[in-house]
Amino acid sequence: MRISFKLNGTDTNIDVRPDRRVVDLLREDMGLTGTKESCGAGDCGACTILVNGESRLSCLMLAVQLDGCEITTVEGLDGGRSLHAVQESFIEHGAVQCGFCIPGMVMASVDLLNRNPEPTREEIRQGLAGNLCRCTGYQKIVDAVEKAIPYCKAGEES
Amino acid sequence: MRSVHLPRNFEELWTVLGNEPDAALYAGGTDFLVKMRSGLEAPECLICLERVEELIGVRDEGEEVFIAAATTHSRLLETTLIQREFPVLAQALAVLGSPPIRHMGTIGGNIVTASPAGDTLPPLYALKAEVEIRSADGERRAPIGDFIQGPGMAALEKGEVVTGVRLGKNARWNVQHYEKVGRRKAQACSVASMAALMEVSDSGVIQAVRLAWGSVGPTVVTSAEVEEALCGEKLCPDTLRRAAALVEKTVSPISDVRAGAEYRKTLAGALLLRLNDYANVPVTEA
Repeated sequence: MRISFKLNGTDTNIDVRPDRRVVDLLREDMGLTGTKESCGAGDCGACTILVNGESRLSCLMLAVQLDGCEITTVEGLDGGRSLHAVQESFIEHGAVQCGFCIPGMVMASVDLLNRNPEPTREEIRQGLAGNLCRCTGYQKIVDAVEKAIPYCKAGEES
Repeated sequence: MRSVHLPRNFEELWTVLGNEPDAALYAGGTDFLVKMRSGLEAPECLICLERVEELIGVRDEGEEVFIAAATTHSRLLETTLIQREFPVLAQALAVLGSPPIRHMGTIGGNIVTASPAGDTLPPLYALKAEVEIRSADGERRAPIGDFIQGPGMAALEKGEVVTGVRLGKNARWNVQHYEKVGRRKAQACSVASMAALMEVSDSGVIQAVRLAWGSVGPTVVTSAEVEEALCGEKLCPDTLRRAAALVEKTVSPISDVRAGAEYRKTLAGALLLRLNDYANVPVTEA
């Protein structure tokens, strides 16, 4: 079936099996391999994308559910032109170890900061509750989100 | 190829259900699509309810509040009316899954999935929620305790859809509390949980109480015996300890990957003891 949606700011019109999982559509059909799949069951958060600005799990969505929506993947943060302040902060504060969970962590962090621009450390932990890191680098991930707060706020005001 | 329908309103929903009577229904997909992926469900046709406009939103109806079934957990959590009238439900929603799960999952899905560990269920039992069910032919209502018949078993006939849940406002509950214990703090499926509504007098006497436990039986567990044992008694550790002994006899948990049955029994009673810490009245050790 034919579906229309906005993908990282670009109007997109494609033919797709209606029951194709969104994570497969993004990675295999659209070539956007930044979105990862790990558990495939909603437990790990690696496949997190933004749908109409809210975090959702692309392994638990079917293609037809994209119709009419605005989708942002990790490739499209900050308009895809440069790195988002959260991504810069992850690099600067050593939040990345093996890197597999990071796109999901970044998307969950952006979702959190959109809803709550000044989260406490506890709120950051709650905001990342759906994302697993098996390198157990949570401490530095929380540090990175905390340090990104002023840059994200500055970005909103400009 | 499996077809997936995305009806926008009741009219489209009844039409597609009429054409595809064997279609499987889902809303957030956080439970159903996991089962489908693992092969436990293999429908030829799917109907996604997330865009049916009549299934989204919260209505203040005076004495009652109607929550439409496909309203997401995060939207409910942000709704002032829910925070104000049903803090016990808001507390459960806050610890349900994770942010993306709450952005996707719906209260109707939590009800129909009928997991004994469903976080909204103990509050809905304690609040004596009424489930509204519709088909192309009409509407019926059922108390949540009748609608949910066992683990994963909801009394939903072919062609029927849960359209919402009705909660009665009741200002008498001056203590509303939900607590769950899981294996970890984040995104945990409960080992045991408890919802409590209490009316406690200024002098600290329990005037009325409703309790419901999750994950300690095939469905949510309620107990008139425990509630009667608490009514008219002073809210204090001794009273709660006596009632907790009854709780341990009432619940019928299983042992599974998350915890053993004996531990769950102890926990169900211990959650009751903690009420001593949450009541807004001065409490002294008896």
